[in-house]
Amino acid sequence: MIEFRKEYFADERDDNLNEIGKPTQRQDMLGHVTGRSPYFDDHLFDGLLHLKCLRSPHHHARIRSVDTSEAERMPGVKKVIRARDVPLNLNTLLSLMDFGLDDEPMLADKKVCYVGEPVVAVVAETERACFDAIAKIRVDYEVLPHVLDVEEAIKPGAPSVNPTYPTNTFLYHEKYDHQKLRFGDVEAALRQADHVVEGRYQMSPIEQAPTETCGAIAAPETNNRFVVYTSTQALFFSLGTAAKMLKVSSNRLHFIGGTVGGGFGGKVDSIHEPMAILGCMLTGKPVRYAWDREEEMQVGAPRGAERWYITDGVMNDGRIIARKFIGYFDSGAYTRLSSYAIIKGTGHLPGPYTIPNVSSDVYCVFTNRTPATAMRGFGITGVDFSIEAHMDKVASKIGMNPIELRILNSYRDGDMKAHRRLAKNTALIECCQVVAEKAKWKIGSEYKAMSSLKGGGGERALIPAHTAIDQKGMVRGSGTSSFGYQPQPYVPSTPTFPSTPAFPSVPAYTPAASSSPAPGAPERRPAENAPTPSSTYNPTPSQPATPVEQRPAVNRFSSISGLRRR
Amino acid sequence: MPMSVKTFAQVDEAARALAASRSARYLGGGTLIMRAVNYGDQSFDTIIRTTDPRLKQIAQQGDMLVIGAGITMSEVIANRETAFLAPVARTVGGPAIRNMATVGGNLFAASPYGDFTAALLALDARVVPAGGQPISLDEFLNARERNAGLVIVSVQIPRLRDVNAFRYVKVSRVKPKGIAVMSIAAVLPMQAGRLANARVAYGAMGPRPLRALAVERALEGRSLDEAGIAQALAVATEGVDPPSDPIASDWYRRQIAPVHLKRLLLGQRR
Amino acid sequence: MAKKPIQFQLNGSGQAIFAEEGSNLLDVLRRGVGDLSPKYGCGQGTCGTCTVLVNGEPRLSCLTLAETVEGQSVETTAGLAHGPQLHALQHAFMDNFAAQCGYCTPGMLMAAKALLDRNPSPSREEVVEAISGNICRCTGYEPIINAVLAAAQSGGRRYG
Repeated sequence: MIEFRKEYFADERDDNLNEIGKPTQRQDMLGHVTGRSPYFDDHLFDGLLHLKCLRSPHHHARIRSVDTSEAERMPGVKKVIRARDVPLNLNTLLSLMDFGLDDEPMLADKKVCYVGEPVVAVVAETERACFDAIAKIRVDYEVLPHVLDVEEAIKPGAPSVNPTYPTNTFLYHEKYDHQKLRFGDVEAALRQADHVVEGRYQMSPIEQAPTETCGAIAAPETNNRFVVYTSTQALFFSLGTAAKMLKVSSNRLHFIGGTVGGGFGGKVDSIHEPMAILGCMLTGKPVRYAWDREEEMQVGAPRGAERWYITDGVMNDGRIIARKFIGYFDSGAYTRLSSYAIIKGTGHLPGPYTIPNVSSDVYCVFTNRTPATAMRGFGITGVDFSIEAHMDKVASKIGMNPIELRILNSYRDGDMKAHRRLAKNTALIECCQVVAEKAKWKIGSEYKAMSSLKGGGGERALIPAHTAIDQKGMVRGSGTSSFGYQPQPYVPSTPTFPSTPAFPSVPAYTPAASSSPAPGAPERRPAENAPTPSSTYNPTPSQPATPVEQRPAVNRFSSISGLRRR
Repeated sequence: MPMSVKTFAQVDEAARALAASRSARYLGGGTLIMRAVNYGDQSFDTIIRTTDPRLKQIAQQGDMLVIGAGITMSEVIANRETAFLAPVARTVGGPAIRNMATVGGNLFAASPYGDFTAALLALDARVVPAGGQPISLDEFLNARERNAGLVIVSVQIPRLRDVNAFRYVKVSRVKPKGIAVMSIAAVLPMQAGRLANARVAYGAMGPRPLRALAVERALEGRSLDEAGIAQALAVATEGVDPPSDPIASDWYRRQIAPVHLKRLLLGQRR
Repeated sequence: MAKKPIQFQLNGSGQAIFAEEGSNLLDVLRRGVGDLSPKYGCGQGTCGTCTVLVNGEPRLSCLTLAETVEGQSVETTAGLAHGPQLHALQHAFMDNFAAQCGYCTPGMLMAAKALLDRNPSPSREEVVEAISGNICRCTGYEPIINAVLAAAQSGGRRYG
């Protein structure tokens, strides 16, 4: 039952709105109850072909050779697609927002980095024929050591997962192996605190599990165009990604979506459309590429796992004066959206509390797991769980009522947040008060009297006069054109694509560096006396700082959210 | 290999066809075989089925209750003769699955499925293959892979002297029901307040439903109270080989087995 | 590839089509007949999205060998309304916000119809049991349960 507590913030709200607060029928409801809502697969085509992929059985392996000759001769098989058939076989989703390096192939070429990574695609008349042909493909793998844990993955000597990021961390702002947040001086404040409370929290990967599995159908259209029906939650991402990877102008792609059988973030990765269109280009026929349920669960990108270390400096009266985060996002084998989730999560720190000294180092780590992506509230959910669990731990450690602790430290209107924006429309205090009332949890009268509207701003609106900054985690070679990849000529696959590249030609990646940092390879350089979150975290020994060469213009490494230049 | 389907009017014909082919599978209710077909299973290219009405019979024959292999879980629930098995059948799937899944098919269901078979095992059932002699379910399950070439006509259950001696619980994480973390079935005959020849079977505690032989031995001659079952609980996981699957880990299944066994033996509801 | 003729009743009208041997009923309904109302969710009997009625009983069409419905009566959500007149369940689903993405809705409606056809005034527990094989990832089930109960209370009559 929903209960509106309209006594709160009454003067900030107009209750006489035409739509908000009133039930409104969904415009798609009649279609839903009559079974006529047109999901991507509810479009029939004569001569529809099906596409399925041969997938890696290994966490990590070099592909020595692939033999598809028998599969190509199987009845009903129309085309066997290999990595070399993909016009631009390397992409990262957020390249469309100019964020991050291309790091993920459509079809694996030299190596596979997670169980289920697609290696070969088969287009055939029936799904059965696809399965039968896939069973006849022979792949010779050389199994490589793999790593499945974020902190193991950033230890020296760990297997190098992703050739674009050989040291297994995403590169932030062209120079750091993690996303930083610095606000005030946490280390100094921790020394002044009456109590220091540490905690370690983690959240496992979570599959979005939409009832409709992800998929797309691509068919030839008039005027040399392709019509694409898709389950995507991100139509223009998929359109741009398909145009880029297939090297066709986006005005040749007619995308139709919008009716999605559940997504929850799991349908933003633009996996199916480029592949279905490629199949369509290579056969001239309508091609359907959809995951079955096992694929959805195994290779459908989940909410990534997160691990957080939180250290709070707390005074005897319950005021939290310092909060330090070290976080690890498990991105899986490729970037997808984890890099962005971290930017979003960092903007959220230190949670809905006003704490004068905050620092955070968050690592986007590559492991040999299924690549992770968006899921409801991603970037926020795991750290909020950690923060609230930690608030309870702090309350318990200092012997304070956990709701009073939250109210005392709540942000209020006009307070400065750690990402240097003023808080407004805050309501945590009121939420805590109502929760306490509903749960019959006693709180003191002074806490009942507190308000989000009172006591904020003033000194609490100021950015700290001194913020301690550092260059821990600066990557050698970053900021120069030598990092990441080098130009490599692109060899067009087949002459069947009369296409104009929609994007400037993008160089391919260089092969992975050896797993241990080699001379000249990017390397983490933690600052001296860098705090370690746990005994298991062993950053590489510190090295003397060297001047970092600046490169003038960067075309693929700006930041989103305006965080890069302010 | 395109799939082909062969339908026979007589179960014996179907059995002969199955025995004669290495790449054929027998289709009962379809919940196992069609799943394999949908996922491109390469181990068979022929589906064999029969419309023989013998598989759809439920009858008392002497001291035996005979249930046709083609009887669905819904039919078990609806039939008066099998009423004592209705609580077991109800824990299998949702209504649609129960309208399809058969008693015969359940004999071949891989862990963590096969709850109904665990109940049959506790009930000392026998399996009747087409054109063959009845074999004990223990024996059948021990060689289940080899027995995949058999078409089962029916199962026979010895008449229970006391229907209340039969107990069953399925433990799952999802309410009102889900896939088994484990299931336990027991027949607990009492003689003068003492257990005699108790039979206890587990589902989802090994690659196939299995007897908890150590538990059975520990219950012999004991009373059904805390003290009487203490030794049985201590050996609750002897001889089990639980799978680690998306439902639960081997470790978890071992931890909860004595808890649920205790509740079942003492008749505690949870 | 080998195709077999299959004849059955679909929502009251006769169908005669050729289907690949080994096809499941879901594929035959969708790609053979063109009734797109039953949906694919798992192909393995865990989600209930493909639920149809065969002779009035709910079945999972993805696990039903198509040729086993030879001569039988199949019902899908496409046949639930009579022309422009919606079934009571359809009205109740609309009124109770019992769908969000709508993908599980056809299966839910079929499972609920099988219940109400057999038991016109079910208890809440009986409704829960009837849809226990159908997964919904959006609603949390409560609006669906309420909708089925509301449809039952309306006497299952058609209106519209």
